[in-house]
Amino acid sequence: MAVWFTRSRFMSHHLKREVGLLGLNNPSFWSSFTHHNSSPLENCRTPETVFSIRRFESTKAEKQLDSRFDDDENLILDFPGGKVTFTPEMRFISESPEKRTHCYRVLDDNGQPSMCSSFEQISKEVAVKMYSNMVTLQIMDTIFYEAQRQGRISFYLTTIGEEAINIASAAALTTNDVILPQYREPGILLWRGFTLQEFANQCFGNKADYGKGRQMPIHYGSNKHNYFTVSSPIATQLPQAVGAAYSLKMDGKDACVVTYFGDGGTSEGDFHAALNFAAVMEAPVIFFCRNNGWAISTPTTEQFRSDGIVSRGQAYGIRSIRVDGNDALAVYNAIQAAREMAISEQRPILVEALTYRVGHHSTSDDSTKYRPVGEIEHWRVARDPVTRFKKWVERNDWWSDKDESELRSSVRKQLLHAIQVAEKVEKPPLADMFTDVYDRPPSNLSEQEGLLRESIKRHPQDYPSDVPV
Amino acid sequence: MLLHELLLFEALQEGLEEEMERDPRVCVMGEDVGHYGGSYKVTKGLATKYGDLRVLDTPIAENSFTGMAIGAAMTGLRPIVEGMNMGFLLLAFNQISNNCGMLHYTSGGQFTIPVVIRGPGGVGRQLGAEHSQRLESYFQSIPGIQMVACSTPYNAKGLMKAAIRSENPVILFEHVLLYNLKERIPDEEYVLSLEEAEMVRPGEHVTILTYSRMRYHVMQAAKTLVNKGYDPEVIDIRSLKPFDLHTIGNSVKKTHRVLIVEECMRTGGIGASLTAAISENFHDYLDSPIVCLSSQDVPTPYAGTLEEWTVVQPAQIVAAVEQLCR
Repeated sequence: MAVWFTRSRFMSHHLKREVGLLGLNNPSFWSSFTHHNSSPLENCRTPETVFSIRRFESTKAEKQLDSRFDDDENLILDFPGGKVTFTPEMRFISESPEKRTHCYRVLDDNGQPSMCSSFEQISKEVAVKMYSNMVTLQIMDTIFYEAQRQGRISFYLTTIGEEAINIASAAALTTNDVILPQYREPGILLWRGFTLQEFANQCFGNKADYGKGRQMPIHYGSNKHNYFTVSSPIATQLPQAVGAAYSLKMDGKDACVVTYFGDGGTSEGDFHAALNFAAVMEAPVIFFCRNNGWAISTPTTEQFRSDGIVSRGQAYGIRSIRVDGNDALAVYNAIQAAREMAISEQRPILVEALTYRVGHHSTSDDSTKYRPVGEIEHWRVARDPVTRFKKWVERNDWWSDKDESELRSSVRKQLLHAIQVAEKVEKPPLADMFTDVYDRPPSNLSEQEGLLRESIKRHPQDYPSDVPV
Repeated sequence: MLLHELLLFEALQEGLEEEMERDPRVCVMGEDVGHYGGSYKVTKGLATKYGDLRVLDTPIAENSFTGMAIGAAMTGLRPIVEGMNMGFLLLAFNQISNNCGMLHYTSGGQFTIPVVIRGPGGVGRQLGAEHSQRLESYFQSIPGIQMVACSTPYNAKGLMKAAIRSENPVILFEHVLLYNLKERIPDEEYVLSLEEAEMVRPGEHVTILTYSRMRYHVMQAAKTLVNKGYDPEVIDIRSLKPFDLHTIGNSVKKTHRVLIVEECMRTGGIGASLTAAISENFHDYLDSPIVCLSSQDVPTPYAGTLEEWTVVQPAQIVAAVEQLCR
């Protein structure tokens, strides 16, 4: 509890200092100005003139007493919010930096670690698990996408091109860290042990789905995996993440919150307020932006004019980093470091991962309508994060071609089986349409359920045969 | 029974403090709720007692601190969100509708959202159109939330406690002009039900249904009506979602005449929904059509005289009852 009172104690202490520094208690400060009023130089009140007048006074003594000049003899003044240095130059800050913020990467396009890269070595076990999960995610996406095209599920959206972001970030966290996803992060659930069957159950909306068939496909949620249920509206999870971090902070837990969003999500008002809140509240939350270049058909050039998302971190007082999102090791290292800072220093961190959305936005989209096929193919093949990481793992003699083909065929088989099973499992019963709206069904909902059941009894031929009554 | 006297805003504060004392997961967030003590003093003294993390001052972004409360609730806390004025919660509509009301359902019951969203609303004294909103009309359709309106210090404290203890998201509507009402309430702890209406004055001739500030206009009209020989039954419906159709129904079955007096606009207000619910359920017991007195479909004017005429006055209530009982 003592920690939580520190904030108010600090505030009152800070206020006392500020009032003192305003010089309101210091008569000599004001009198020195009135003295200069009667000087012959009174008409040319440029700052330089004021400085030079002061120089003729006893400068040494004044400098000792006077904290209102910085080391370069520039006048500093207090305003609410702190001290600022004045400048006689009217200079506008440029709309874009001279150089864009650098992007941290460990492995080059051939999976070779660069000489001066700062990264922590990961064990063979972790590396192999990471790689296997990336492959599983890729295959899962391909097969479920095909299933949608065949009409077996109604909707799907893929994570192709962002496997490193999904798996590597999950690998750097613990299961106590709370995840608030947007919708392109099923890899985190996969890493945490969500089975292919569980994924299939949600997509088919059957009785075994934890969401009881109420949400559309890919809106996974699992409280036991600390993965908050996906909600379609963009960026609503960002302020919720701050709230979850606030809860962890209150309990003093050794865990943080990680929330994901795309480049498009940063335009929402919730993004601004969540980052602002997190900074003010010193909440242990990692804001992970998957800048994949596209928000459905809107490219980033039409989404914002800033230097990506990382440049906004400092605007909110948040420590930030830009990483190569297609480099699994870079993402792993950055998140590991971010987590450490977020928890031990109780502060938010902003991570911008640059990547590319190789797939269409979803099964309702055909991205060849607004971007060149050549561009998509380039990123799918030459810049594939899975292949890149594979090269590094193979070079360490931790993976062979045999392992590869075994894994791929095994996952494929498991997935097809999971889909077959999920398809056959019963749908949730009618009663589940009315439960969980509240903790207990109220009378009006029970009444509505009764009316519906009567209607079904009267017209049984209109009711779907695979939904139990 | 031991009683103590206090004002409505103090009753709310007492309820809030008792719940914060009882359950360490209860926390408050909103603008100026901490050191300032809240714009209507409902959270006065709480930040000093519980610290400024548990009574949190937020930046000005309603959608965001409501979202924050939802995230905190899903992670195990029991937050109370204060809208400085209910009207500002329109900015939080996305979080309230799409997430607060929905996530328990869409997550398959895995996550609960035990938040309380409260604040002053209704038509005040020349607060201007934007600060005179009646949000109960807009929120009543959202599935998954409950709504209650307090009107006396006694029910304010009881409803506050009930709302905090509920596992569902609850919106507690307070009224800007009722905060200084005085009443003697029990020393002993009590919690009211979120789904019960309050019988204010039993009677035989007509059922008058009302809530919040209009209760007082109705009671004023009741005095006149009694002098004129009428015997109105006055019910403060208190629960706006769901309606307490049990109490209301029993009354309709007794008097056969219904008058609804509300502060909402005529179109799409609580009165409109209540009229539909009563017609549907108790049609056979009605001797005449339901009469609903509401505010006009206009933004609340600033001029005091005009503002007075957008709100239902006791004289209109008296006239309506006389008409109804003819």
